[in-house]
Amino acid sequence: MPVAAHTRTEVRMRPVYMISGGITKFTKADPRKSFRKMVKEAFDYSMNDCPRLTKDRIDGSVVSYFSDHFTRQLMAGIMAVDMCGLVPKPTIRVEGGGATGGLCFQEAWRHIASGWLDCVVAIGFETMSRVNTWKGNEFIALASDTNFDFPVGGFYSGYYAMMVVRHMHEFGTTPKQLAQVSVKNHRNALNNRWAQHHYDLTVEDVLRSPMVAYPLTMLDICTMSDGAAVCILASEKVAEKVCDNPVKVIGVGQGSDAMRMSDRPHGAVPLLKHEDASWYKGLKYPGVHSFRAGRMASKMAYERAGIEDPREDVDFVELHDAYTSSEIQTYEDMGLCRYGDGGKFVEQGHADLTGKIPVNPSGGLLACGHPVGATGLMQAVFAFWQLQGAIAKHNAGDATIQVKQKRGRGKRGMRGAIHSHAGTGTYVTVSILESTSTNGPASKARRAR
Amino acid sequence: MSRAAVTKKKVAAKPTAKSPAGTKPVYDKIRLPEVDTGAVVFCTDPLLVKERYTVDYLNSYAEDTPFFTGLAQGKLMGSECKRCGYRFATPRAYCMECGAETRWYELPLEGRVHTWTTCYFGSESFLKETPFNLALIEFDGVNTLLLTRLVGLTEKEIKVGMPVRAKFRRLAQFKPTDVYFIPKTKAGKAVA
Repeated sequence: MPVAAHTRTEVRMRPVYMISGGITKFTKADPRKSFRKMVKEAFDYSMNDCPRLTKDRIDGSVVSYFSDHFTRQLMAGIMAVDMCGLVPKPTIRVEGGGATGGLCFQEAWRHIASGWLDCVVAIGFETMSRVNTWKGNEFIALASDTNFDFPVGGFYSGYYAMMVVRHMHEFGTTPKQLAQVSVKNHRNALNNRWAQHHYDLTVEDVLRSPMVAYPLTMLDICTMSDGAAVCILASEKVAEKVCDNPVKVIGVGQGSDAMRMSDRPHGAVPLLKHEDASWYKGLKYPGVHSFRAGRMASKMAYERAGIEDPREDVDFVELHDAYTSSEIQTYEDMGLCRYGDGGKFVEQGHADLTGKIPVNPSGGLLACGHPVGATGLMQAVFAFWQLQGAIAKHNAGDATIQVKQKRGRGKRGMRGAIHSHAGTGTYVTVSILESTSTNGPASKARRAR
Repeated sequence: MSRAAVTKKKVAAKPTAKSPAGTKPVYDKIRLPEVDTGAVVFCTDPLLVKERYTVDYLNSYAEDTPFFTGLAQGKLMGSECKRCGYRFATPRAYCMECGAETRWYELPLEGRVHTWTTCYFGSESFLKETPFNLALIEFDGVNTLLLTRLVGLTEKEIKVGMPVRAKFRRLAQFKPTDVYFIPKTKAGKAVA
């Protein structure tokens, strides 16, 4: 297979495939298991799902966990790796707030794309139940400027609330539209056995749940959780040997922005290929209503993957919905709709399982939980199962949330985008995955029957 | 108590075999001092115990020091780029736009609410203060915003764009909360 060369910088990169994945079921508190055991369980799940892959073929690992405060343990990465028996092979920890898992996935991708290693395990975990929720909120808020932002009232839900209040002011987004995100994602999760919350909600339920930071209620916000996730990535050579149905990573992108959201500029929108500057006349960007890092990550990933218009060229998205508001803001950053139209996008059902582009068919962070270091990898695992057409296999036979490829999209394989995001949009990753089964997983499943 | 008893028995058992009868080995008296602090146990299966961790940092505000000393003098100090003139409402030694050094300048003490929220829950440090308002303040002639507490208003009374003014604590704590914002009053009466 020729190497995709959409830009000069990627000419020498090798193609990379995801060949397996595994997760633990995320829970609010799992005191019976240490992070090492959770990681081992997720690792074993992924090894069992790819039986021809033997441990001697694995060249190394990348580990992600967000906070040393939650683990109460420095160098926890090596403890996860030795539990999996992946010593003395190379390993490294990556960290970037809420995007830690997404960064881990991409670091493993780099290990292989660069030609350095052929098979790498990306490992992510967090055990957040080891402190009370208010203390956990404090640990998370320490990932905001500790001299200028944290002492004013450090609370991430408060920061995101301020961002969406401005979004509401700029674009007329409503609390009802935020609630619709929660309803949708929890509805998807009703058919995902891996989800933590199986809530059949109405908009009223969300609006009436206790206010945390105006306009965000408890049901607008994800749950701090315990859990682990593992992805195994490989070069073409290894993927061909050990995996019948690998998924190709066709583009990765990353972006960043100032730690203090007060420092963010008020300039022009960096446009995606399908967008027109006239759409955003007079819009001061990103301000605090949008995530410039999310836009940069999307733009880069689309360019690397050769995606002209994500509304047509991507079949589903697993995105970082730590807050209902950030899901709406992210529709716009990823170009699923215009800036300002995010509220209407969910209201009109475009993000539904049966909509134009299903967003968070798994139930997302809102329903599955957010054990930070594991989250971005959990999204990759769900996307991997989707693209293999293997949701039913991993979901006790239930294929309700299995997304199908858009019709009339030529010869390309089915595609999914995964989006991982850190505190107020400081680090954001977007990776595009594509199915390799020539006829698409849907038709393959038909053949199997 | 029970652990101490077990240890004593174990230590005593081995030496007696080797020692002449009736001679007590001297090292039988070697033992760790017992403590009566005990453990706070939340659960025995799995064993869940309380563990405390505190730190006193020698936190240096370093190059941002003038911002905090400024607050103690009733001044809000921002950073202006020496090269491109970009004006930050926060302390930044270098311009994020062009990379040049910045100089200190005094921010106006009046601005508008750019965005806000009311927090009903929060981090442990601020739980006792809930509900409290956070706001980002915009100033005329300044390119960026300032995060602050907005005091004296309830959720229903705050509006984006409303004029506010800075107030300073009389006794500085050398924290960014030495300044906070209140509604700008007109003709002696509070703006609702």
